[in-house]
Amino acid sequence: MKVVLRHPTREVEVDGLSTVSSVLKRLDILPDTVLVIRNGELLMSSEHLEPDDVIELRPVISGG
Amino acid sequence: MKCRVCKGKAAIKIRRHNAAFCPEHFTEHAIRQVEKAIKDFDMIKPGDRLLLGVSGGKDSLALWDILTKLGYGVDGVYLELGIGGVDDHAYSDVSRRYCETFASNRGLKLEIVDLSTRYGFTIPEAATQTKRVPCSVCGLSKRYILNQAALDGKYDALVMGHNLDDEAATLMGNVLQWNTEYIGRQHPVLSASKDGLIRKVKPLIRLAERETAAYCVLNGIDYEVEECPMVEGNTGIKMKEWLNELEDRAPGAKHRFLFGYLERVSDRFATEQPELTICQSCGQPTTGATCAFCRLEIRMKS
Repeated sequence: MKVVLRHPTREVEVDGLSTVSSVLKRLDILPDTVLVIRNGELLMSSEHLEPDDVIELRPVISGG
Repeated sequence: MKCRVCKGKAAIKIRRHNAAFCPEHFTEHAIRQVEKAIKDFDMIKPGDRLLLGVSGGKDSLALWDILTKLGYGVDGVYLELGIGGVDDHAYSDVSRRYCETFASNRGLKLEIVDLSTRYGFTIPEAATQTKRVPCSVCGLSKRYILNQAALDGKYDALVMGHNLDDEAATLMGNVLQWNTEYIGRQHPVLSASKDGLIRKVKPLIRLAERETAAYCVLNGIDYEVEECPMVEGNTGIKMKEWLNELEDRAPGAKHRFLFGYLERVSDRFATEQPELTICQSCGQPTTGATCAFCRLEIRMKS
């Protein structure tokens, strides 16, 4: 699947994983530091993903 | 996982509350948290005229939306800092447009203060000339100009979008250095002073920044997602990263750290505020003859 990362905006391919939590673990991202968005909807960690999904991992930490 | 309220499909889990919510009930939850913060800390009095500092980011726009839904009349002020960006993303321009779109869609009043037009310099120029970390000159400029905007508009309080993570990170930074004077001043309500400091309130103190971001996504509020390109060297972000690692192992740690301080410890750090005088240049309160912002302005003109 395609994963959109931010700061700066870029895309990476992640294969062989089927849940949000497994993607976050593979990319070494703490779940509470991002929103996971697919087609404008928020996804929970347990959400099932398809190989052709495009998901955005949007960081929520800001410098103020 | 199901929504705690309606048992429908949940969109977000909040681990420190051990609860998940669907979009509708998460929105209700977020609004209730702001309402509770306002009530618990007696932030806003009936009839208060409120000015909100808006940046185009998730926190200030979520707060403007929530306060409006709660029935408060709140005007916004955006400070144009003159920060460019990476590639074709002009950070300050894009941020301002998010504020303008939000305000015009809802018929809200937004004042734009342009640092360059009014004071003759931008944040990148000030950081370069003074050799200070950009966040330092930016923070100084924001505090001064937002206070001045609130005084000029005869507002009763300046509302700021600092969230739970912001306040916990500030507290942690000051505790690690034992900056007791700064620790003693940290509170979600900073009283007005007779010398010209406007009352400042922080109604987002019970919401984490992931929740304000989720509020925006779930309520169709577009905001500046990119980080400020001048953020390098910001120690607050490092504090947030450490606190997030702690929170991951012990959900609720950030809330307990901040609210434990506010409810049980802050009195012990309360100190007399330093004697303020009037800046000989601009008339705003200061501890010296000329305030730090006027000294910056003079240096930028030299």
